[in-house]
Amino acid sequence: MTTTILKPETDAQLVDAVRWALSADEPLELLGQGTRRGLGRPVRTAHALDLSGLSGVLAYEPEELVLTARAGTPMAEITALLGERAQHLAFEPPDGGTLGGLIACGLAGPRRIAAGSARDHTLGIAGVSGRGERYKGGGKVVKNVTGYDLPKLMAGSFGTLTAFTELTVKVLPAPEDTATLLLFGLDDAAAVGALDQALRSPYDVSGAAHLPDGLAARSGVAGVAKAGGPVTLVRLEGFGPSVAARVAALRADLRADAVLDAPESRAVWRELRDAAFLGGVFPASILASPTPDAEGWGGGNGPKLWKLSVPPASGPSVVAAIRGALGPAGAAVEAFYDWGGGLVWLLAPPESATAIRRAVGTQGHATLIRAPQEVRATVDVFQPLPDPLMALTRRVKSSFDPMGILNPGRLYPGV
Amino acid sequence: MKMPVPDSGVIARRRAIVDALRAIVPGEGVIVDEAELRAYECDGLTAYRQLPLVAVLPETVDQVSRILKTCQEMGVKVVPRGAGTSLSGGALPLADGVLLGLGKFKRILDIDYANRCVVVQPGVTNLGISNAVAGEGFYYAPDPSSQIACTIGGNIAENSGGVHCLKYGLTTNNVLGVELVLMDGTIVRLGGKHLDAGGYDLMGVVTGSEGLLGVVTEVTVRILKKPATARAVLIGFPSSEQGGDCVAAIIAAGIIPGGMEMMDRPAIHAAEAFVHAGYPLDVEALLIVELDGPAAEVDHLIGRVAAIAADKGAVCTRVSTSEEERLAFWAGRKAAFPAVGRISPDYYCMDGTIPRKALPLVLTRMTELSARYGLRVANVFHAGDGNLHPLILYDANQPGELERAESFGNDILRLCVEVGGVLTGEHGVGVEKRDLMTDQFDAADLEQQQRLKCAFDPDGLLNPGKVFPTLHRCAELGRLHVHKGELRFPDIPRF
Repeated sequence: MTTTILKPETDAQLVDAVRWALSADEPLELLGQGTRRGLGRPVRTAHALDLSGLSGVLAYEPEELVLTARAGTPMAEITALLGERAQHLAFEPPDGGTLGGLIACGLAGPRRIAAGSARDHTLGIAGVSGRGERYKGGGKVVKNVTGYDLPKLMAGSFGTLTAFTELTVKVLPAPEDTATLLLFGLDDAAAVGALDQALRSPYDVSGAAHLPDGLAARSGVAGVAKAGGPVTLVRLEGFGPSVAARVAALRADLRADAVLDAPESRAVWRELRDAAFLGGVFPASILASPTPDAEGWGGGNGPKLWKLSVPPASGPSVVAAIRGALGPAGAAVEAFYDWGGGLVWLLAPPESATAIRRAVGTQGHATLIRAPQEVRATVDVFQPLPDPLMALTRRVKSSFDPMGILNPGRLYPGV
Repeated sequence: MKMPVPDSGVIARRRAIVDALRAIVPGEGVIVDEAELRAYECDGLTAYRQLPLVAVLPETVDQVSRILKTCQEMGVKVVPRGAGTSLSGGALPLADGVLLGLGKFKRILDIDYANRCVVVQPGVTNLGISNAVAGEGFYYAPDPSSQIACTIGGNIAENSGGVHCLKYGLTTNNVLGVELVLMDGTIVRLGGKHLDAGGYDLMGVVTGSEGLLGVVTEVTVRILKKPATARAVLIGFPSSEQGGDCVAAIIAAGIIPGGMEMMDRPAIHAAEAFVHAGYPLDVEALLIVELDGPAAEVDHLIGRVAAIAADKGAVCTRVSTSEEERLAFWAGRKAAFPAVGRISPDYYCMDGTIPRKALPLVLTRMTELSARYGLRVANVFHAGDGNLHPLILYDANQPGELERAESFGNDILRLCVEVGGVLTGEHGVGVEKRDLMTDQFDAADLEQQQRLKCAFDPDGLLNPGKVFPTLHRCAELGRLHVHKGELRFPDIPRF
């Protein structure tokens, strides 16, 4: 239903746009390149605020481990720039979109277990609140405890608190080498046990995933696809001699069946990051569409992609509980594990939300990732919060955006 | 430094407040005796002292909830306190406020190796967590120098760091969950044994909030396997510029050491005189670079670091060949504060962060300031992350020296901000740096932070007078002047 897109080219124009929206009582949908538009509850406003005009890297100092860029800077540009100095964003975010969109959605990949999430790497922010006021928070150095840590609150806030103008992120050396140990034929519980053993080792594991029977065969990496059954993956990264030594030691400890070299390893962890085995988090067909709609997101009756964060040791039992609760339909559930079992990607039939949320209970949270707009408008996309926490969440929203001008309803009704 | 004027009305109601607290916490848990209250009159920032109106030491979460709710209803301020090791006055009591001590929350609730986490009460010490899991080869990574005494609850309030935080992160990067009691008595749980909270990252905001947003009553932290090996290199440079260049070159080579500490000439001499660590005395900057991790990696990187040091003009480089030698390298650095204490009656420890490239400029300006104030300064520096700890030497018995030391310190922190850094890297703002906040933040920045405070504590009763130089009523901060329909559609590109 969006009819008009406002595209400020300066911070001052952004302030004007938000102030106008306040005065006209016209809420705004915030956009970068629109690549993450299908995440969260649909925002239905007559006006959108396109922040991709606020673009460009402002400062990059590899030795200080910081980069400051305007919010609409394409991630492709930032990734390329960091690559020139053998650095990267260590939390392994998905490709594409803008820096602002990435931080707003708080996305992180398999290395989350070792390096933290987007929130752990967001050092400073500047932007315009829903009050139409410019402000900043955090700083531009890697170690800072001055005032409240607003950058953390902004990471994963889905544009509901502030329209970013500028972000400072921590950047780190990219690993020189990488390899992945493969274990074949383990069931879910045995696999998570093996991952636990790997994560308890002193070998600095940076990826710990398990592809159950049937999913591994979908990999584009031959060493994984041809295993002919379930494949458990343990990644080691770092300096060449260190990776070689750790691969040798951990291979023996885990009695691993095979080792992927660096190119194969990189390819399979990209697939794991993007949940490619279950159709992908951001499928190209959807990203190509300017306004992702019901069809683009798999159709109203197709299975829906969920992302569950649970205590690692509970991953397999949560999946089993969901299957059990769904009865005969449970057989159609497909799932794989990352973060040592703590992250479950789950493709489930429609009407599974209650079973999923019940299985997760209070020991974690479940997010509906890929579903058509009409589904995301009616099913809770993010984990429903207990009343006191929901009330606090509303007060926090209101402290930045009292009139509900910025991305209203993207996280929860009214938030 | 002025604290908010105590409310004489509240002080006059002391008896009623004590009675209300006694109805919640029986017996010796409510402290009113002046001699006993002395134990709480200050924290690690000993220059500021104030007896609290009353102290209360609850033992259960329910008691904490009822204390806060009661205080909110009675309009009484509350100052939470862990072990009282804050270096910024975060736990400084208020004459018209209740001091809420969490010292009885000392239990380790759950050690969960399968999920690689530990659940503890907030009064457990930082080192207590590591000790509890050491048998299985695990530890809790953040290691503030007060780790024997400081509590995990206080670590969360201050977002404490330590020598190893460039590689392993601050408290905020190692906490998985907290249970938090709000000022109105509401109990909320943020995070847990899983990663990331659903919804806003409120845990991220609570960590480092200096006791202004809520009282933490339970904490879940992640634990890590101890690195297999650690070795250190001791490197001396004829100038601080070369030392700084070496640090930058190590990081540019893709190496993130477990620890990377720098000391200037006065700090080197004080430390060497105290512990005889074998430090070279003819250098201007001494660097300790510690590599930890798998043995193959450490061996590989030690060689690279030594080569970089040589390239950057090191005049002496020693690689530890035994655990004993590694600890000897650290002995001087770890004793730097007491070592400075030996050469001066008093010292004042500062804590700013700068972009590392500004180090030579900052050291030069600090030398000029030292001459102007007539006070010596020694520098220890978490070189990897730019966190500077200047130690200002003074004598509190000399009239005016404390005030001069504070002015000198304030100038150093303003300098940190001027070169693109921040007021505090790990000690917190507290009362100490409160009035400097306007040097780093605009009015709009501070007002937005205070609006967030209002979401947690609308009456401003939790630890007021800390962090923010000016207190505003929430109604005033929340006021929004909307020009209903008066603004024209903005003149910006539209599609």
